[in-house]
Amino acid sequence: MKPLLQSETFVRIAAPLAVGVVLLAVWEIGCRLGSIPVYLFPKPSDILASLIKNGPSLLRALLITLRITLQAFAAAVVLGTLIAFMFVQSRAIEISLFPYAVLLQVTPIVAIAPLIIILVKNTQLSLTVCATLVALFPIISNTTLGLRSVDPGLASYFRMNRASRLKTLVRLRIPGALPYFFGGLRISSGLALIGAVVAEFVAGTGGRSSGLAYEILDAGFQLDIPRMFAALFLITVTGVLLFGAMVGLSRLALSNWHESEIGAEA
Amino acid sequence: MNAPLPSAPLDAHTTRRAADRPPAVEVLSAEKIFANGTRALAPIDLTIADGEFLTLIGPSGCGKSTLLKLIANLIQPSDGRILWWRGDFGQVGQDGRGLAFVFQEPTLMPWARVDTNVRLPLDLADVPRGKADPRVSDAIARVGLSAFARHYPRQLSGGMKMRVSIARALATEPNLLLMDEPFGALDEFTRNKLDDDLIKLWWERKLTTVFVTHSIYEAVFLSTRIVVLAANPGRIFRTMTIDEPQPRSQDFRDSARFAAYCRELSTWLAEASLPSASGATP
Repeated sequence: MKPLLQSETFVRIAAPLAVGVVLLAVWEIGCRLGSIPVYLFPKPSDILASLIKNGPSLLRALLITLRITLQAFAAAVVLGTLIAFMFVQSRAIEISLFPYAVLLQVTPIVAIAPLIIILVKNTQLSLTVCATLVALFPIISNTTLGLRSVDPGLASYFRMNRASRLKTLVRLRIPGALPYFFGGLRISSGLALIGAVVAEFVAGTGGRSSGLAYEILDAGFQLDIPRMFAALFLITVTGVLLFGAMVGLSRLALSNWHESEIGAEA
Repeated sequence: MNAPLPSAPLDAHTTRRAADRPPAVEVLSAEKIFANGTRALAPIDLTIADGEFLTLIGPSGCGKSTLLKLIANLIQPSDGRILWWRGDFGQVGQDGRGLAFVFQEPTLMPWARVDTNVRLPLDLADVPRGKADPRVSDAIARVGLSAFARHYPRQLSGGMKMRVSIARALATEPNLLLMDEPFGALDEFTRNKLDDDLIKLWWERKLTTVFVTHSIYEAVFLSTRIVVLAANPGRIFRTMTIDEPQPRSQDFRDSARFAAYCRELSTWLAEASLPSASGATP
């Protein structure tokens, strides 16, 4: 057994954790020494207390946000992959449609969210649509790139063996695209959460209540600053967990062969 | 009809072929001019006998890879034609005959294990698993990689990857094996080892093989016949028959006859590379 400090896994977890603890301590002590009022800048202990006190309502809000995020993410993955397959099938389709995918990407979601929220009556659904629009692009662009990045040697081997379009897709293009696809998943999962929260803000200012963003808005109206921080904390944790899940998924799928994940198993 | 080029003398050795069996490949005045106007190959006539180990060698730009690709039907001749077992390429599969191509790179699927990689051509040809699997394990065994059947390509050395590539070719049980500088990227020890194994494989099956290489030693060691090509435009310069006992081993490499062959081939290659050898104007 190696000493704990020499174990890479231990250091990998302990080092950032130590930084976090030190920062929290500095924050707590600083606030106490400076006697900063809670409504200006709460201490970590205030935030924790608020998290426990408002637990049920915050948890309900978290579930709503999480549901919108996951629905949007799933929709983005399905739609994005289908669109990428379409793009790869024909250059003409890609050339005609890709500019619109870019258009979708560069339009700020806050600018179109009110429109979507007005057009789609169901709040949940309208927010999901907004978040999907934000999360879609990385899946399209990464998967398209992956499906196109076929090893030319293998491609000519398939041609030489008179492989059908379908077989070439299933046996060559799709496996080859996986590393790119998983890269897209990582970006897209975070964007789905951001999209959901931003859309909730827009909906919240319009009076339609839902999710963690609404909790933040509501707490802001009531000057309940610790609750704002508590909601923010939950959003951050959700984002980190989503990212972690995507990293794990990618490792599971690629660790046997792809350079990006080799050594991850060791 | 194209007259034979004056600088491509008919070699007396070429008459030594198994006349009783139909030739595996007949290249009949096949010529290749690329779209950009480059004349890669002047009209070439070449007959490859069944069971022959024929090596194409020559200075760079002599069109040896182009000729191999023509024989593989990967590209089409601009003029002239090529026959496989006296038939068109479309007939090849129907006769139950097949050809396999081994690239310079192993070109393996990095996400698939060795056995899956070797099974690829059979899967692409819809060979059922029950029939394919014994052929796959047999092919893997013949290149000496049985212990590595469940490994991924990244876990193998360069030489082992090349063996997998050869196993993949053998799994199709081809009648014609085409190899484009397959061991060019390997170190000399690994290359010699693979050459030893390749000549054993060839001898076991009398598998007609067309081999492209830059290495004089490799050409002399492996071939029953060597075709030296010259450039500008690519054409046959001379051919050399290596009539030595089979299967060859290190003893042949160490022999004085081997050195003599190499010396002569080296001289021919130098002549083929001279500008004066490019007598024909493009």
